Amino acid sequence: MSVFDGLKFRRVYSPIHNLDPRMKFIYVCAVFVAAILFGEILPLSALFLMQIPFVLLAGVPKEWLRSLRGAAFLATFIFLINIATSFFTSGYVLTAAAIENAAALTLRFIVLVEAFSVFFLTTSPDHLGLALEQSRVPYEFAFAFTTAVRFVPVLAEEANTIMDAQKARGLELEKGNFMKRIRNYIPILIPLIVSAIRRSLELAEAMESRAWGASKKRTNLYSLKLHREDFALLAITVAVLVVAIYVRLYVPVPTLTQLLRL
Amino acid sequence: MIEVENVHFTYPNGVEALKGVSLTIRDGEFVAIMGQNGAGKTTLIKHFNGLLKPTKGTVRVDGVETVKTSVAALARNVGFVFQNPDHQLFSETVEEEIAFALKNFGFDAEVIEKRISWALNLLGLEQYRKTSPFLLSGGERKRVALASVLAWDPKTLVLDEPTIGQDYQQKEKLRQFIVQMQTQGKTVVVVTHDVEFVAECNPRVVLMKDGKIVADGEGRTILTNPEILAQSSVVLPQITQIFMRLTPLGLPKDVIDVYEAKEILLKCWRRSGGK
Repeated sequence: MSVFDGLKFRRVYSPIHNLDPRMKFIYVCAVFVAAILFGEILPLSALFLMQIPFVLLAGVPKEWLRSLRGAAFLATFIFLINIATSFFTSGYVLTAAAIENAAALTLRFIVLVEAFSVFFLTTSPDHLGLALEQSRVPYEFAFAFTTAVRFVPVLAEEANTIMDAQKARGLELEKGNFMKRIRNYIPILIPLIVSAIRRSLELAEAMESRAWGASKKRTNLYSLKLHREDFALLAITVAVLVVAIYVRLYVPVPTLTQLLRL
Repeated sequence: MIEVENVHFTYPNGVEALKGVSLTIRDGEFVAIMGQNGAGKTTLIKHFNGLLKPTKGTVRVDGVETVKTSVAALARNVGFVFQNPDHQLFSETVEEEIAFALKNFGFDAEVIEKRISWALNLLGLEQYRKTSPFLLSGGERKRVALASVLAWDPKTLVLDEPTIGQDYQQKEKLRQFIVQMQTQGKTVVVVTHDVEFVAECNPRVVLMKDGKIVADGEGRTILTNPEILAQSSVVLPQITQIFMRLTPLGLPKDVIDVYEAKEILLKCWRRSGGK
């Protein structure tokens, strides 16, 4: 659950929180593209370091670290799989280049997690919905999206209660072999799914009884407007993309192994 | 026996739900834990079967510290029925639902069969034996949840809000059932907001407020004390409210039982010559 903790929004005010979610999203996508463009450790490190000022400005270093810690398991997995594949495909030798490559791919994953974590930590679900609506996404879809985001913590809490209830009936989750352990989760998943469906039906009834969708033309109390800071972020985004594409096309990026051999 | 000694409990999000609670529940006792929402009642009872372990202090169940054993081991002796039955029902039939815990505790197939019949019969659910628990009504689902815990015959029974969503008849059955459990020497702990239900049962009452126990004693003493009750947002039972206003007639104040009230009123009426 710690990965989700690192994505949970908390209402605080900072320059980053006040940015327009649309601009933040475009920025995250640019970082995403840049990270995919490179497979070398140097540019990926640069991308990684670039996020840190955002984290500090937003004042969420603790939550951010927690999301990184949550990603650590998958990151180790990616690292080991890459090492193993190159070990077995290159005739049972482990080269420094292979290790560096595996490290770079792991770092790429961490950069992606990091960027999305900052985005979700600093963007309220309401703003996200508003951004979707103003980007001409039909209101039904925008609403479904924000509702889904909002119910994640509720479901997590419910999963905890269900686990408690089944443990009180003698269920031991960590007992048995691998297959048995997976089966142990059935008594938790079924009540969770059933109550989620039940809740969604109740939610639909509650919404209809409050005249959801009665007027075709909806207005909003708040509307998103772009400020100077948003254009600054847009400039950074464009710069990241241009530099990344330029370097990819015209500058040979050395790997660490090549650098150290010089 | 459940011994709670100066227990503090803080949730991971930093909320301190218990602030130094000490309580001893002896074997065969019937205890009602009352208090407003957020007083720490559910947090306290979750310590009784080890679902929560104290941040500070100790909880001992039959002499064993809960931190030194598993929930599964404690659950064998402390049956816990959750407030919302939907948090535990998952099987295809009521019968399998009840068998789940019995299988977890390693009962023989023969014994399981007997226990299922016994529990279904006890709670009037025989006709639903092969029905899916999801097709039952809210009150019936609650009884299935209760049956699934009773089936393994735990020494102590902890019920979280058992009267919610039950009609008067079912409440009365529940009360009789608790009395029956007591004659078998079982310990029963109930968390509830239902003052009338508690008044009818007249158990030991533990009042909680802000993570602390503010009063602990006989139901008759505590439920007729307006000052203490007001502190933890519990109202007086209706019959007590009436008797409080009838003190000019020389009637006692500490009445919580309707039948007792009837006797007192009849006696008073006869004494005045039926006028």
